[in-house]
Amino acid sequence: MTGGFQIVVCGGIVPNPLQTLEPITGPSGPALKNEAMLPAVLDPWAWHALFEAANLAKQNPGSKVWLVALAPKAKLQQVVMTIAQKVPFELIAIDGPASGFAESADVAEELAAAIEAIPGLDKSKLLVFGGWESASRGAGTTMQMVGEKLGIVDQFQGVDELKAAPDGSFEVLERIEGGRHQVSTCAGAPALLGWATGNLPEPPNNPQVGMANMRGVMPALQKAKPAKAGANGATYASVALPQQRRATRIVKDTPVEEIAREIAAWIKG
Amino acid sequence: MEKTAERTAEKPTLRTLPGDDVRQIMWRFADRFDLQMVAQSVRAVARGPVAQLVANGARNTHEWTPEKNTLLEAFDQAGITAAFMEPEEGGYIAGPKNLLLALIAFELAWVDAGAATSSLAGNLGLSPIHECGTPEQKATYMPRCIPAQPGEDRKTMRAAFALTEPIPFVGVDTGVLAGKVRVSEWKEGEEPILHVEKRGRFITGMDFASIVTAAVDSDDERIKGSCLVILEEDDEGTWDRGAATMKMVHQLSSTRDPVFNLKVPASRIVGGYTVKDGKIIPNLSHSEVIESVFRRTRVTVGLMTAAKLLSAVEPVIRYQRQRFRGGAADNPESPRYQLGIQMKEDALHRLVDVWVAGEAAASLGFAAARLFDEFDPMEKLKDQVLRERGIEGRRAILKTMKKAEKLAVEYVQLAAKPESERDAARYEELKADVLVQYLVLESAANVYCPACKLWNTGHGADMMRQAVSLMGGYGITEDCPGFLFHKWMDAQLEATYEGPEAVQRRQLSVTMLSPLFLEQFRIWTREMRAISNLRPLTGACALATAMELWMWSVQHLQEAKDADGNKLYNSARHGVTFPLADALSWLLASRSLVLDALELEARGPENPNLAEGIEGLVNFYRDMCHTHIGETVGVVGKICTELVVGYNRHPEWKREDCTTCYCQQEVDNLESIIPGLAASVVGADVIGDDDSHPVKAGPCASFRGMERFARIRQRMDGCLTGCRIAKDRAAQALTEVMIPEALDYPQ
Ligand SMILES: Cc1cc2nc3c(=O)[nH]c(=O)nc-3n(C[C@H](O)[C@H](O)[C@H](O)COP(=O)(O)OP(=O)(O)OC[C@H]3O[C@@H](n4cnc5c(N)ncnc54)[C@H](O)[C@@H]3O)c2cc1C
Repeated sequence: MTGGFQIVVCGGIVPNPLQTLEPITGPSGPALKNEAMLPAVLDPWAWHALFEAANLAKQNPGSKVWLVALAPKAKLQQVVMTIAQKVPFELIAIDGPASGFAESADVAEELAAAIEAIPGLDKSKLLVFGGWESASRGAGTTMQMVGEKLGIVDQFQGVDELKAAPDGSFEVLERIEGGRHQVSTCAGAPALLGWATGNLPEPPNNPQVGMANMRGVMPALQKAKPAKAGANGATYASVALPQQRRATRIVKDTPVEEIAREIAAWIKG
Repeated sequence: MEKTAERTAEKPTLRTLPGDDVRQIMWRFADRFDLQMVAQSVRAVARGPVAQLVANGARNTHEWTPEKNTLLEAFDQAGITAAFMEPEEGGYIAGPKNLLLALIAFELAWVDAGAATSSLAGNLGLSPIHECGTPEQKATYMPRCIPAQPGEDRKTMRAAFALTEPIPFVGVDTGVLAGKVRVSEWKEGEEPILHVEKRGRFITGMDFASIVTAAVDSDDERIKGSCLVILEEDDEGTWDRGAATMKMVHQLSSTRDPVFNLKVPASRIVGGYTVKDGKIIPNLSHSEVIESVFRRTRVTVGLMTAAKLLSAVEPVIRYQRQRFRGGAADNPESPRYQLGIQMKEDALHRLVDVWVAGEAAASLGFAAARLFDEFDPMEKLKDQVLRERGIEGRRAILKTMKKAEKLAVEYVQLAAKPESERDAARYEELKADVLVQYLVLESAANVYCPACKLWNTGHGADMMRQAVSLMGGYGITEDCPGFLFHKWMDAQLEATYEGPEAVQRRQLSVTMLSPLFLEQFRIWTREMRAISNLRPLTGACALATAMELWMWSVQHLQEAKDADGNKLYNSARHGVTFPLADALSWLLASRSLVLDALELEARGPENPNLAEGIEGLVNFYRDMCHTHIGETVGVVGKICTELVVGYNRHPEWKREDCTTCYCQQEVDNLESIIPGLAASVVGADVIGDDDSHPVKAGPCASFRGMERFARIRQRMDGCLTGCRIAKDRAAQALTEVMIPEALDYPQ
């Protein structure tokens, strides 16, 4: 596409998945025990979206990638250290709760406002990326609302691939039932894409990229605006972690059909 | 543990294992985002490809395999290789890099110290050029060791460092070299061509090195003394990588015994040379270059062992807690289910010992690394000042420095005084004096570096064994999470290469006597007292007293003689000097931990991520300090007492021996002056006129002249009050701290 895309990736942070997550009732509603002290990671769905954004930007000269993140900024700083060497981006930080208990409408409001406020934003080039769901909530509601608030009507969810044509149009693969994809063609930006995993590997670290990103990251964190988002007004009747059930057997060379049959039988009980 | 539980409940304690926020504050890189980023990047390599290799059994061979070789690329990609270089050479981080390299080694060694060695050894090979090379040498080699960028068609140059030689030559004693250099050809007006013969032993990186910095001695009257030369793979002659070392540790690094017989231009002499009266005079001897290289890289090695000890905490806690789960009679609410082996006090106490050893080692190591970060630019400034003043030649420099040393002592004293009490103008004058500042840093660095290498790796190796024992039989299996067995064995190499413990002790026994260091140590002792005034529960007061005891002992032993009238403190008397060096290392380790704990207390509350846990963290670290100081006091007390009294001959029941014993005649005489004395000495060491003596264990030795020592020692022992309560609380914290569900690297 001539002049490139403006790609804005929305990504929150979630506790490192290896940590023990124990729901508790904190002073401002439900929370996770010791959440602030536990290491966090960029939401894995947004993580993929970021790689895809960087890849698309690389293939379309003149493009630029922003990462808009609503999270407690001190926590966000630690997370940015782990991703800054991967791909070039400009950070826009919003200081607020990152927990899965925050209202997604509030979060969407903040994200949309931050995107609108990007200097030189040109909606005719705008692609808003995010995860089709998040590892903290998994509801898949936030990005849709961000799109609505920005007036972007072309939305795709569960995206695994975007192929841009030289005229600015692009083909999108969205996940549908049965492990299959729906193929759509979109005339061009603006559009919103909620990514599934995509199919790019994690890019290797590049310290030069990291140092360049760092120059922008620190000022961005310093000027992060406090967000109003939260769980205000919401009451939670009960909070529980999804129960993990593991029944692992190691059997060599079992045919796929056999495995499928067994899993189906197990699910049926 | 019930009582302790009550006490602990009153005070918040550790909630989660200390994360990056805590470490960045304690080790003082909370404001260094570049370092934080590199640490994360290295962590991904360590817990990713490195851990995968270990888990897949790559360590089961000492050979350098294609799988192991993939690590080099992983290092290159993550910026580990280029981190050592200056930005103008293609690196990406400006300024001194000791703390940076320390963090890299720490992160890699958290999983595998061999991988850390692999990365470190490349730097070691290049260090002679980096520290001492001519501008041309730096410009030639440093950029070529930067990994090729996308689109660049060149092989990344990798370096190795060849000092050690086959027996009977260099090892601990690096003074005698069998490696030789001769003039092979020297045409009028042209660069001489040198013939270098060097056999190396245990040379790291030799499977893939394309350049080697080799230590050689002159075997030609046209070359003076020794030097380091740069050898290239394509030089004319023999470049034989030699046999692989059949090592049983650090298998993720490559080690071989190479043989070189090469012709190289004289411009390869590290630091350059001058020609005088038809003789090639290397500007730097091999020992000068080596000194400035090892001075820095040894700190990094010390941090490897520290990382391993700290890395053991999480897997051991998990093992202990899960030990009895899964049994038929298991009730998930029962203490047996929830705490497992953590119900046993000994298991907890021993884990505290392992953890605190790791904490103190990390604190000491990172303190040393930061010290070198201050020292490096100061050293350059010092060279510049000397040049500007036209001071050249070893003797002239030594003379200037000797003069400056007095000023440096004065500066240290002034700096320790409150502002209102010191001569401000004089203080500012000395503060601006580069030579003074250089000497102050140098005297501390000369102690911190060997202390950290010695204590971290030596004591660390002992404590790694403890960590392995805590895992029971699992500890010695390949399945043991955290690779603890490997980490234990590896520690033995960390204690050996780059100068084994004897070398570190020898160096300390000299540097710790510098008046400038001792003056600083006195001030640190006073500081520790001031800390104990404000934070009595850190145990700082016991530490201060132990520091005082050490100082008294060092001074006493320098003057004292043994029972045969021989001087006690001399370089050959390792029995005296080495234990004192050990004691000092313990003191510095405890001191570093206390200072880091205070930093956490001061700066932790500023970090919102720590807000809810800071009080508990501070309490926990206080207890860890107190616990560690308890151990330090024990070691220092033992060493000092043994040395101070141990070289006096024990009296026998002989008149000439028994200078402190009374003779019956004396007692009788005194009885007339002090009635009742005779009764009071019944059972004491009284020798009768017939040489008879009371039946008891033996005559008691005299402590004359050691009253002050005895007073300090007694006070020090008293100062231990509370250290075991602190240990109980730390142990209790281990039962409550939240740990992740699983280790973040494979096993
Ligand atoms: C895996 C590995 C990698 C290595 N990598 C390199 C490398 O890249 N480059 C390189 O140049 N070298 C390397 N080395 C060599 C290493 O630095 C030496 O092994 C080490 O310095 C000890 O020397 P040595 O083995 O000859 O021991 P020795 O000199 O034989 O010392 C053995 C012991 O004798 C005693 N001892 C000896 N001399 C004294 C003394 N003066 N005072 C008191 N006690 C003494 C001490 O107890 C000492 O621990 C490596 C070694 C290994 C095992």
